[in-house]
Amino acid sequence: MKKKSFIQNDAVQSILSSLIAIFIGLAVGAVVILIVGCVNADIGISGAMEGVRIVFGGLFSTGRSASGASVATAYKSGLFNIGAPGQYLMGTLVSLSVALGIPSDKLHPILIWLIAFVAGTLAGALWGMIPGALKAFMNINEVLACIMTNWIAANLVTWLFDISNFKNVVENTKSGYIYKTAYNNVATAKLGLDKLFKGSQVNGGIVIAILIAVLMYIIMSKTTLGYQLKACGANRHAARYAGIKDGRNIVLSMGIAGALSAAGACLYYLAGNTEFYWSTYQSLPAIGFNGIPVALLASCHPVGVIFAALFMSMLDISGLQLTNLTAYNEYITDVMIAVIVYISAFSLVIRLWLKKVTGKKGGNKE
Amino acid sequence: MTYLVQQTLLYAIPLMIVALAGVFAERSGIINLALEGIMIFGAFMGVLFVRMMQSTYWIEYASSHKGYGTMQLLEILTMLFAGLCGAIFSLLLSFASINLKADQTIGGTALNMMAPAFVLFFIRIIANQNTLQMLSGDSASMFMIKKTTLGFSKNDDLGFLGNTFLHKVYLATYLCIIIYVVLSVILYKTKFGLRLRSCGENPQAADSLGINVYKMRYTGTTISGALAGMGGFVYSMTTANCTSNGDVAGFGFLALAVMIFGNWKPLNIAGASILFGLFKCIAAGYSSIDINGDGIYLLADIGVSAHLYRMLPYVITLLVLAFTSKNSRAPKAEGIPYDKGKR
Repeated sequence: MKKKSFIQNDAVQSILSSLIAIFIGLAVGAVVILIVGCVNADIGISGAMEGVRIVFGGLFSTGRSASGASVATAYKSGLFNIGAPGQYLMGTLVSLSVALGIPSDKLHPILIWLIAFVAGTLAGALWGMIPGALKAFMNINEVLACIMTNWIAANLVTWLFDISNFKNVVENTKSGYIYKTAYNNVATAKLGLDKLFKGSQVNGGIVIAILIAVLMYIIMSKTTLGYQLKACGANRHAARYAGIKDGRNIVLSMGIAGALSAAGACLYYLAGNTEFYWSTYQSLPAIGFNGIPVALLASCHPVGVIFAALFMSMLDISGLQLTNLTAYNEYITDVMIAVIVYISAFSLVIRLWLKKVTGKKGGNKE
Repeated sequence: MTYLVQQTLLYAIPLMIVALAGVFAERSGIINLALEGIMIFGAFMGVLFVRMMQSTYWIEYASSHKGYGTMQLLEILTMLFAGLCGAIFSLLLSFASINLKADQTIGGTALNMMAPAFVLFFIRIIANQNTLQMLSGDSASMFMIKKTTLGFSKNDDLGFLGNTFLHKVYLATYLCIIIYVVLSVILYKTKFGLRLRSCGENPQAADSLGINVYKMRYTGTTISGALAGMGGFVYSMTTANCTSNGDVAGFGFLALAVMIFGNWKPLNIAGASILFGLFKCIAAGYSSIDINGDGIYLLADIGVSAHLYRMLPYVITLLVLAFTSKNSRAPKAEGIPYDKGKR
């Protein structure tokens, strides 16, 4: 048998196709910036070049990744699960309610943190199971069911926080926000990470996030459950023929996805100093949708998700830099992310094309 | 009652036309999840078009001299323009899913993410805020047809029907109904429609009879994009005061639900969209709905939280889907990229 060269390795090719998607995404962003710069006289060519520099610079500015890491904990759903915003919101609702609802003089803050984290994660899991069950037993398109549960969650969260007494009334300038959990002395342990990365918001959450990712990797690739889930994903009917309970597994995989999104939300809001704007009924949190490009970029590999999430955080940060330093705004990063998702949709074609190109090279050598 | 009917129509018409957009795409075999994104894009381009036309001489002249005819012409032109932009935007989806055989769900989601990002990016640059408005005036005073527009005096009583369908209405509502009827007839009663539908049921068989499946699917998705773009502008003009902020409140997805509920058939879809329009109308204006005209606002007096009413359309959608999805008859080949070599 002919030994495959390095570039013909499947893993290498899937990474390459992800990199191509990223590159095209950045290039489209740069082109948009250039065109706007040329058309709009206020901004000018030099401003446009500055914008392009920042967009590509974001790719290499690893120094800032640490502060993005705490945001990255939210990007965790490895499944194509468009219901993430709803699950994220339900996780937020339950974990914040628990963290603020139990007075910290009755129970140790660390215990409260744990209860809040577990409860929030469970809430997300249950919320994720709803579209899963509808898909498995009622044959409803899961994308539609997810969108509906997203909006129901957004309204429910607003409603419940509206009648709750967790609204931040101490700081007058902050209307519409929930108390920070630090008011109840509940906050994620820093584990000395704040000393390691000076001036950043990083805390123990990133450790938990990495642990969860590794755990997911083990579950998905080393256990029977993971194999069954993947089998159902590949071909539901074949899986049933092989004696796998397809309905149960679909519900379960949506439940796990919901738990992961909600865990991200818990880690984010239990950090102690993050604030939640409770009037969400008109818009869904973008952070939930960001899970989609992250998962696609990482080819749905749980560990790859960590790096993809770091990359997305960097992209976000370079977007903020763009807003601060030039006449552009942070939405250009959303455009780039969308282009990356678009390219990922036909990553298979890119992979085939790569095979063709690299295969030819190999042929020439012989 | 008049208020209720008019408000329901305002919400139902965009839903109906966008649901028809979904039908055209799915009947040709492409799942168009990007309806929401295309609506957002169409709404933005429409508002931008109105904004640009407002600074031209003849619109300025018309608005200062009560040139209602010119305004209605502008409305029609903008609808066409928004439709054109939606069609162009939808080409991204058709290219990915027809030529590159990409996953249609992911492609549609990508478009749904791209549209608000693009739109907000340009709105920020154009208007330096997060909402693009018209240069001056509001949508009601520019485009709405009133008694006085039609030559009646202010004190004339037109009766229930006249009050409901001739006073405080938009021309777009009636145009959309006409378009809806015409396109439904085309889809179900003509040779072209039959060919388009065959590509969504069994593309291999259609191909063997000499129908170009790729071309048909492009046609279906492009018509779908045009309708969705137009629906997006109609939505923003009639319910959002002709503004664009990168959001149509999930109408594109609601339209998909309406389409499934209506079982991909025009009459059922029209009924379903009126039902959903009613719920949307209750959610939006429950406090000012006076059902039998006795001055008692029944829905507000029940004392249920406003959030419940806002949640209602989505809950109902889920319930309705749960009960209708079992015996739904979706086009057989939807979502499957066409591969000539496959049997």
